Amino acid sequence: MYAPGVNSSTTLSSSSSYNNDRPPSAEAVEVATDPASGGFFNSDYKKHDDLKQMLDSNKDNLKLEAMKRIIGMVAKGREASDLFPAVVKNVVSKNIEVKKLVYVYLVRYAEEQQDLALLSISTFQRALKDPNQLIRASALRVLSSIRVTMIVPIVMLAIKDAAADMSPYVRKTAAHAIPKLYSLDQDQKEELIQVLEKLLYDKTTLVVGSAVMAFEEVCPERIDLIHKNFRKLCSLLVDVDEWGQVVIINMLTRYARSQFTDPNLQDVDEDEESKRPFYEDENEVEEEQQEKRAPTLDPDHRLLLRSAKPLLQSRNAAVVLSVAQLYHHTAPRSEVHQVAKAMIRLLRSHREVQDIVLTSIAATATRRKVMFEPFLKSFFVRSSDATHIKLLKLEILTSLATESSVGIILRELQTYVAAHDPPFVAAAIQAIGRCASNIKEVTDTCLNGLVSLLSNKDQAVVAESVVVIKKLLQTQPSAHREIIIQMAKLVDSVTVPQARASILWLLGEYSERVPKIAPDVLRKMAKTFTSEEDIVKLQVMTLAVKLCLTNPKQTKLLCQYVLQLAKYDQNYDLRDRARFLRHIIFPADAESGGPTRLSKQAKKIFLAPKPAPVPESHFKDREQFQLGSLSHYINTKANGYQELPPFPLEAPDPKARDVETEPQVMEQAPLFTAKKVSSKKDSTFYSDTESPEDESEEDENSSDEDDDDDEEEEASSSDKDDDDNEDEESSGLEEKLPIKVVKSTAKPKSDEEEEEDESDEEDSSSESVSDSDSEDESSEPSSVPKKQVRNAKPAKESTPVAKPKSNLDLLLDLDDVSPAFTPIMTPSLGGFLTPMSTPSSQVKTQLFPDIQPASAVISPNTTSELLNKINSNGLEIKYRFTRSPHLYSPSMASAELTFHNHGPDELTDIRVGEKPTSGGVSIHDFAPIPSLSPGSSLMGTIGVDFADSTQPVNFEIKIGSDRTYPVALKVPVGEVIRAVAMSEELFLKQQGGLRGMNENTAKLSLTKPCTDLKSLTNKILTVANLGVIPNSDSSTLRFAAQTLSSKSTVLVSLLSSDNQNLTITVNCEKMVIGSMLITQLKACLAD
Amino acid sequence: MIHSLFIINPSGDVFMEKHWKSVISRSVCDYFFDHQRKASSPEDIPPVIATPHHYLISVYRSSMFFVAVCTTEVAPLFVVEFLHRVVDTFEDYFSECTESIIKEHYVVVYELLDEMLDNGFPLATESNILKELIKPPNILRTIANTVTGKSNVSSTLPSGQLSNIPWRRTGVKYTNNEAYFDMIEEVDAIIDKSGSTVCAEIQGYIDCCIKLSGMPDLSLSFVNPRLFDDVSFHPCVRFKRWESERVLSFIPPDGNFRLMSYHIGSQSIVAIPVYVRHSLCLRESGSGGRLDITLGPKQTLGRTIENVVLEIPMPKSVLNCGLVTNQGKYTFDPVSKLLVWEVGRIDVTKLPNIRGTISLQSGSPPVEANPSINVS
Repeated sequence: MYAPGVNSSTTLSSSSSYNNDRPPSAEAVEVATDPASGGFFNSDYKKHDDLKQMLDSNKDNLKLEAMKRIIGMVAKGREASDLFPAVVKNVVSKNIEVKKLVYVYLVRYAEEQQDLALLSISTFQRALKDPNQLIRASALRVLSSIRVTMIVPIVMLAIKDAAADMSPYVRKTAAHAIPKLYSLDQDQKEELIQVLEKLLYDKTTLVVGSAVMAFEEVCPERIDLIHKNFRKLCSLLVDVDEWGQVVIINMLTRYARSQFTDPNLQDVDEDEESKRPFYEDENEVEEEQQEKRAPTLDPDHRLLLRSAKPLLQSRNAAVVLSVAQLYHHTAPRSEVHQVAKAMIRLLRSHREVQDIVLTSIAATATRRKVMFEPFLKSFFVRSSDATHIKLLKLEILTSLATESSVGIILRELQTYVAAHDPPFVAAAIQAIGRCASNIKEVTDTCLNGLVSLLSNKDQAVVAESVVVIKKLLQTQPSAHREIIIQMAKLVDSVTVPQARASILWLLGEYSERVPKIAPDVLRKMAKTFTSEEDIVKLQVMTLAVKLCLTNPKQTKLLCQYVLQLAKYDQNYDLRDRARFLRHIIFPADAESGGPTRLSKQAKKIFLAPKPAPVPESHFKDREQFQLGSLSHYINTKANGYQELPPFPLEAPDPKARDVETEPQVMEQAPLFTAKKVSSKKDSTFYSDTESPEDESEEDENSSDEDDDDDEEEEASSSDKDDDDNEDEESSGLEEKLPIKVVKSTAKPKSDEEEEEDESDEEDSSSESVSDSDSEDESSEPSSVPKKQVRNAKPAKESTPVAKPKSNLDLLLDLDDVSPAFTPIMTPSLGGFLTPMSTPSSQVKTQLFPDIQPASAVISPNTTSELLNKINSNGLEIKYRFTRSPHLYSPSMASAELTFHNHGPDELTDIRVGEKPTSGGVSIHDFAPIPSLSPGSSLMGTIGVDFADSTQPVNFEIKIGSDRTYPVALKVPVGEVIRAVAMSEELFLKQQGGLRGMNENTAKLSLTKPCTDLKSLTNKILTVANLGVIPNSDSSTLRFAAQTLSSKSTVLVSLLSSDNQNLTITVNCEKMVIGSMLITQLKACLAD
Repeated sequence: MIHSLFIINPSGDVFMEKHWKSVISRSVCDYFFDHQRKASSPEDIPPVIATPHHYLISVYRSSMFFVAVCTTEVAPLFVVEFLHRVVDTFEDYFSECTESIIKEHYVVVYELLDEMLDNGFPLATESNILKELIKPPNILRTIANTVTGKSNVSSTLPSGQLSNIPWRRTGVKYTNNEAYFDMIEEVDAIIDKSGSTVCAEIQGYIDCCIKLSGMPDLSLSFVNPRLFDDVSFHPCVRFKRWESERVLSFIPPDGNFRLMSYHIGSQSIVAIPVYVRHSLCLRESGSGGRLDITLGPKQTLGRTIENVVLEIPMPKSVLNCGLVTNQGKYTFDPVSKLLVWEVGRIDVTKLPNIRGTISLQSGSPPVEANPSINVS
């Protein structure tokens, strides 16, 4: 099979390599314990021959055995290249494991045996055409891993094919192959970029991570390739695998830095901000800032930050840190602190993770103190921490110290000084010094503490304290005579050179304060000069010179003596210094002339006031590197490090990121035009994540309205000022959402507001302003690009249906709530008070895995009156169905109740009285309202299970102890169902099963012809809570829903033969619901 | 990305190496050994070491070093996290991860490493997928393989990687469908000598063992979800559902996995289950030092406290300890100067106590401060 020449050469190399293998004794020991080449083969001189024989045999298990041994050798890093020819022919083996091991071997040695490796190529080429995707993928993987230049064209071709493969897994492998080929042959770059461009367009989560990785390795400078994919990447980010997430976020950080303007540009100065206590929500300042900040954030920039945020919850520390660095480098200052909590959580991870995260925190803390201040205690050192972790924690603690927290930090530091870890103790003392010089209030306390440490038994502690005190005294040149004297005494006892040098320097610098002591110390030092360390000797000379200048009478001779000694020292630095000093101080020695110009100035030279050292964090200069990168950690530029560009002053054209979207079921509301409102709210919203009120705000509000609805609302009011918020808002609503009068009692919202205004004082309207305001607020965090995600992959939609309904009621049951209770209340707190319909850790399997509940696209704004103010002497109750499932039970529709007191008296204790008990209908009460003052209004939520009927539910409202009013809650048929998402096929299948009696059909001709069927979607969705089914056919519209109680399927399809005539079909198990729905739909479409 | 991986045992032998790109000589580990010599304990070796041409990123697990070699810029945490994932996978496969186990299963290990990384970039790290590609070894299969000549590489090709749910394998069938949830909570507290808590944190985990057929979609709700304000999830958990409803909704992987972990920070008040009453005096007066420590339960809500271990790193001058315990046993290692007292269970009626004398090196200076006490 092989040319004889090849054979002989391999045997030659075999024997030689074998001989090379022998000599080291360690190797021999290893061999003995090595299962790969058990004792038998080892002692056998021809062990490789034996393996070859096994490989040549026909039996798979012998081959496998041989391959295992060979892999064992490879794993140990021992030479096995001489077996190459024998192994390579087994690449055709049918046995998968043998094949796999051969692949492993091949990848390892192909580079060394290029010619022979070529023999295997045809096998891979064949495998690339295999019908099984995994075989195609693994063939490409191995083929591209064989680093043989000769096969570059073949690999190129294979990559091109694979990039267009049906299977996303193969495409992923293609993405992996691109950097491999690039490292093999840089000339292929252009061609590879073309392939890469195609892969970047891929919409599969499996592929994009790897594609971006390839992009980073091959052409990180081609940022233009990202434009069109930016939004897609953001929306897919959450679903990409964790390693891909890291790469994508890092890449997008760079992208954001090059494409968006600095969000903090117009912001207040950094220091100013850090000085202001964070949690003090001074409204004017806050607002002022928002005003400045608001217009700067590009909607795409916002999208990026928003899509990355949930990843802070990832289990993978690398993902969390990469989100953290994204926020650190690109987010508006007010939002950066959101990442702090997640970073703190990482500190509980492995030691290595801690180390890297702490390094990042240390670097961040120098700039953003406030961010980590609340977590100060998390940085307290544990005795079980490794030394380098301890040092990092100390570094952070000192960076975080402020006037308010320094007390507690110092207390900790004091404890650390008593630890048994010398480097740690030294660092703790230095940390005390840094605290002292940074925070003026505690300088004296610290100094006293440090001085008391001078009497410590531990030499190291004393020495370190001396050094630190020296620095401190320098910053505080005021009289600290006592300390200097005490330190001078230490010269006798301290042996650590650093400390001795520090003391001497201090004495020299402040010799006037201790005129008697300094010369005496110099005398002592002169005696011991020869036995001192170099650093001490230098300081002795300095001291001598300084004293000689201030007090020549006593010390001139001593000084001359010291210089003389130094002149003959072994160290050339010392000799040099001595010579230099002598010529300045005693010029007469050299020439007999008078004092030179230099010596006249000697006093100015040596006794010039010196600037005090500013103790700084040595993490300060790391700012230049991207946080969390290797370069950042080692604080030098690593190979292949991509600089983070500074923000451009003028943002490049954002249109570059616009992608032509396919016509979509919903008209695409401009999702992110709401920047003004959203970013404004943002800062207030997040600024206080710790306080429960804020959380409650989020929950409550987001449940009040549906996300998508909000988006539209926002969109309409986005460009307007907030001042005229109310008017704009309501008019915006009218434009945007055609409000249908469903019931005779229902009124459009704007009407209602007008009425209120008429009948009431200014108060109520201001109330509603704040309401609409808070709605906007809520919409911000949740208006993630949901639509985009949904359109991208409807099947995987995981949007939850069940929004927690505000649980005011439950909360109030237990709490004494003050009358000043506003709708902004109730968080998840409701959760634990809520009686669970199932045990607390319930595990339930879904009925239809394919039918996913979907959130309502539109929540209707039609409000109806539940209780008239005339009937009830002043109390008006209106209700509105929110289309979000009630928290108490998913089969309940939740209605938002608005209570308004029109009467002159305060109403107390408004609650639900008698409730219906029959017919499966049940009501979950709203929270009793303890009191409602005249003119004010409140919101509540009631959950009603209509048991799939549209009969009005009758119950009683009680006010105080004696007033009872019967009310009837009427429900439009569109609200007893809930939108679901399903695939088109499933829809058709289900529809097929609901023919005959269950089908209702109606024909209808439109008054004005409609050009696009999709425009009807909004109308229909306003009337009924239906989920839109993605649809391939443009002449049909399909919707699906389930009834709330019995979960029976409701299917609606709309077919238009031409632009005028429509056929509506409703399929529903519940015939009554079906027929009512069709009537309603007809009514709505007719006008 | 990751260029090569070396696994090093505590005595400094590189006993396994794997290269994903061209081969890097193992002499690169010499830089690592330099640092190892300098460090006083294995924990003190910095996780990232920069050498002139390479960057060594290492983790220390089960007294082995896993050293990854990189040549270009890479997020260090990325590599660290990956290496830990490798070790986790080994532990998952072989139930423990030691040098001898790795040597024993070198083929599986090598195959795993090959699947987990492609060209230095992680490919398949989900244990469910890996287990479909490479069957974990067990005795039964080993015997079966020897008899039938089959291998532990699966002959059917996995489909999990190709689905939208990459963490779950398809076609799972159990006769008994069951799901187990373990809640593990760790309290870390620093308590000063007067007994007041300086800071206390809780780290909790929910570990699951799910054995359910098909594609189960589970949701788990909590009585008081507000406590979880800082959580991290397995990728299977739907973020959005959690954010809006505080319900964990997920399609679980098959088998064991960590569903979520949560952290309750130092801001909240944390009840510590035990207290320590201590009197420790290390003065050179006559018989040396005295030690008297009593443990007691505190705020346990009626539960018993078990597996209590107390550790005291003694100062260097301590020679030996002559102590008497009324419960459990103690050991003192004269080399590392670590006193370990394994208390076991705390009985409320008879509080565990340890007392006795400590002999100190004569002539050594009196110890300045008392050592800290670690309780776990």
